[in-house]
Amino acid sequence: MYLRKFALAATTALVLAAPAAWAEDLVIAVASEATSMDPHFHNTGNNNQIMRHIYDRLINQGPNQELLPGLATSWGPTDDPNVWEFNLREGVTFHDGSAFTADDVAFTLSRAGDVPNSPSGFGTYTADIADIEVVDDYTIRLHTDAPVPLMANNLSTISIVSRALGEGATTEQYNSGEVAVGTGPFRQIEFVPGDRIVMEANPDYWGEAPAWDTVTIRPISSSASRVAALLAGDVDVIANVPTADIEQLSENDDVALSQGVSNRVIYLHLDSDREQTPMITAIGGGDIDNPLRDQRVREALSYAIDREAIVEEVMEGIAIPAGQLLPEGFFGVSDNLDVLDYDPDRARELLAEAGYGDGFAVTLHGPNDRYINDAAVLQAIAQMFSRIGLETEVDAMPRSVYFGRASDLEFSIMLVGWGSGTGEASSPLRALIATHTPELGWGASNRGRYSNEEFDAVLTEALQTVNDAEREALLAQATEIAMGDVAIIPTHFQVNTWGTRPDLQYIPRTDEYTLAIGVVPAD
Amino acid sequence: MTVFIIRRTLQAIIVLLVMSAIVFLGVFAIGDPVAILISPDATQADIQEAIENLGLDKPIWEQYLVFLGNALEGNLGESFVYNEPAIRLILQRMPATLELAVVAVLLSVFVGIPLGMWAGLRPASVAGKSIMVGSIFGFSLPNFWQGIMLILIFAVILGWLPAFGRGDVAEFLGIQSSLWTLNGWAHIILPATNLALFNTSLIIRLTRASVREVIGLDYVKFARAKGLSRRRVVGVHVLKNIMIPLVTVIGLELASLIAFAVVTETVFAWPGMGKLIIDSIFVLDRPVIVAYMMIIVLMFIAINLIVDILYSVFDPRVRLADMKR
Repeated sequence: MYLRKFALAATTALVLAAPAAWAEDLVIAVASEATSMDPHFHNTGNNNQIMRHIYDRLINQGPNQELLPGLATSWGPTDDPNVWEFNLREGVTFHDGSAFTADDVAFTLSRAGDVPNSPSGFGTYTADIADIEVVDDYTIRLHTDAPVPLMANNLSTISIVSRALGEGATTEQYNSGEVAVGTGPFRQIEFVPGDRIVMEANPDYWGEAPAWDTVTIRPISSSASRVAALLAGDVDVIANVPTADIEQLSENDDVALSQGVSNRVIYLHLDSDREQTPMITAIGGGDIDNPLRDQRVREALSYAIDREAIVEEVMEGIAIPAGQLLPEGFFGVSDNLDVLDYDPDRARELLAEAGYGDGFAVTLHGPNDRYINDAAVLQAIAQMFSRIGLETEVDAMPRSVYFGRASDLEFSIMLVGWGSGTGEASSPLRALIATHTPELGWGASNRGRYSNEEFDAVLTEALQTVNDAEREALLAQATEIAMGDVAIIPTHFQVNTWGTRPDLQYIPRTDEYTLAIGVVPAD
Repeated sequence: MTVFIIRRTLQAIIVLLVMSAIVFLGVFAIGDPVAILISPDATQADIQEAIENLGLDKPIWEQYLVFLGNALEGNLGESFVYNEPAIRLILQRMPATLELAVVAVLLSVFVGIPLGMWAGLRPASVAGKSIMVGSIFGFSLPNFWQGIMLILIFAVILGWLPAFGRGDVAEFLGIQSSLWTLNGWAHIILPATNLALFNTSLIIRLTRASVREVIGLDYVKFARAKGLSRRRVVGVHVLKNIMIPLVTVIGLELASLIAFAVVTETVFAWPGMGKLIIDSIFVLDRPVIVAYMMIIVLMFIAINLIVDILYSVFDPRVRLADMKR
């Protein structure tokens, strides 16, 4: 069995070791194409990872999504917790030579949530900002109606554009490159949709000089073709190496693999709310009340899952068993929660206690083209449920069908994944577990409609606590409440694999992005 | 002839209308685009805003009427994920697909017809039998697997040709194409071969069967008896008579290669329309799907028309006005 360490801390040292000047052309093959070069049009990983090359954020996210100074050198709430102040970097220029000032930030924040026709904008991250105050060219203050401790995390997603060019600019003008001007390490040269994005090093970059003269990013959606392109030497780096090929590739001297845990947890969401749930019946048919409302049943299901077996057999060792919403090392993770041991006997006992000793019939739903080996994981879980006496069926479907139906609450037990974009625990807690409350924007992806007042109270307090240490403790506490209730059943954390030429390596990122600055010489 | 073309045009408009309604409703029935496109971090308010941005808040019949109204003005809508007119996206990628399909059809014609004639004229020879056995492979091996094997052999193991993508594009006679550059040809050989394999086999078998049929007919015997050279008998009398079924098949195959080169374009990461449509289907980008289907339907209608006209050229007995289908 091919094994690697997935430790979070190990990667930080690599960043420092990267040499400054190493001029060459780099070709990266990714699985899904970026559809737009407008940094605020569509908030999706495929597009965002391209923007990280061309633009800077006020605050950047490092490989482990830790917050690092970007265009802001320092930041934080002022004495008034409803006002955040950002001190901006001086002497930074955009790719067109114009100077970067606070006015560009003010413009960016007003544009980010307001791009016409956007299928998913960045308004999510700017909604809390009530007023923008430009103090001077290099100081900006953001006023909010209530304390927003996550302001820095939120702003670490937003690419800063130039007001001079960006005002009134359309997505098309960004695609053509006409106004696509940032302050980032690379500048946009060419965008051929579906074929390539070409970027060139920015010689005036304020940070460490980019190690590559030009970077070409090309989409190859077929994973077999992506691997072949790397083996043929047509590309230098590929993202999303399929797990089935990893063992073989690790023995190939022409390829090097880099792996790292992601921020993405794969979990089962359970309908723990409705009196009757659509996909559960008595054995042999016949309506029964929703057994998932009983905590003992949910616990039984969690005991029934052999997480080690999923990781070893289905994921070929390339995953980590999960006991909560984020892997260890992330902000807000609880130290008191362990991965639940596989215990089918305990599971049967719990089912019997709850009055379901004879089991029930359930159909599990999940996507078959969204997460690594998703349909296979679902089938493995179904077999494990069968072992404790449930009559289990699996219905895996394309994501284009699946997510709409899941959000319409058509399912009872469903497999979903969640990656924390902000890199801390409040993101999954608020979206998946908090009571579904549209006015607050809570529970937007709470497809099981779990609801617990105690949990909501702790999370509310956490989201208003500006002190980091206190907030972290509250988030951990909220996680413990949710896991104690088995609000959802986490199964594993995804581990991502990149393939490179043997003389290179990739610094793995928890946000799953593939960035040229992360490609460094092999040790 | 004029009546024939007018009738065909009317039929085309009806087909287009029906098809657009079916696709429109079909995509609506599959699922909700916003559920796939929206960022997971989005709140319920953000989701509602996205639905309104994409015009999906209106009832489906109203969305369809709006679409029809715009379509009359030549606007088939803006792509949800590219934020550009769907028509422009498709036309942008059409040259890549066209050049791939044309090279593939030429390959299959210039390889398929000679081999098929050989197999038809000398069915008992070793070469004739080998050709027929070989063509079975072209039929039966999955397209996807063939593509991967081509990449493995010619790009990974031998290293002769690039593994994926389209080559450098140049302009010649006002046409942008990768066929004008050497690098472009290096890139197109493998995907075109992959795309051509099935059709080559089809044409080989069709040609052979037609040759077998024609070769025993009286007029061929008569031509021989008249003392015509073998070359002239085969090259003119036989070839011209077997062309009618071939032209039909080649015409339809060209259309389906253009429309459905999806597998080859995906395996070779060829930036054509097939890749666009499959990506669009995955994210339910309805304007692109509908526009694509309409363009494809138009193309099939046009190619069928051309095939019918070609019939009358190859076989003077066929008169277009008679073909009331």
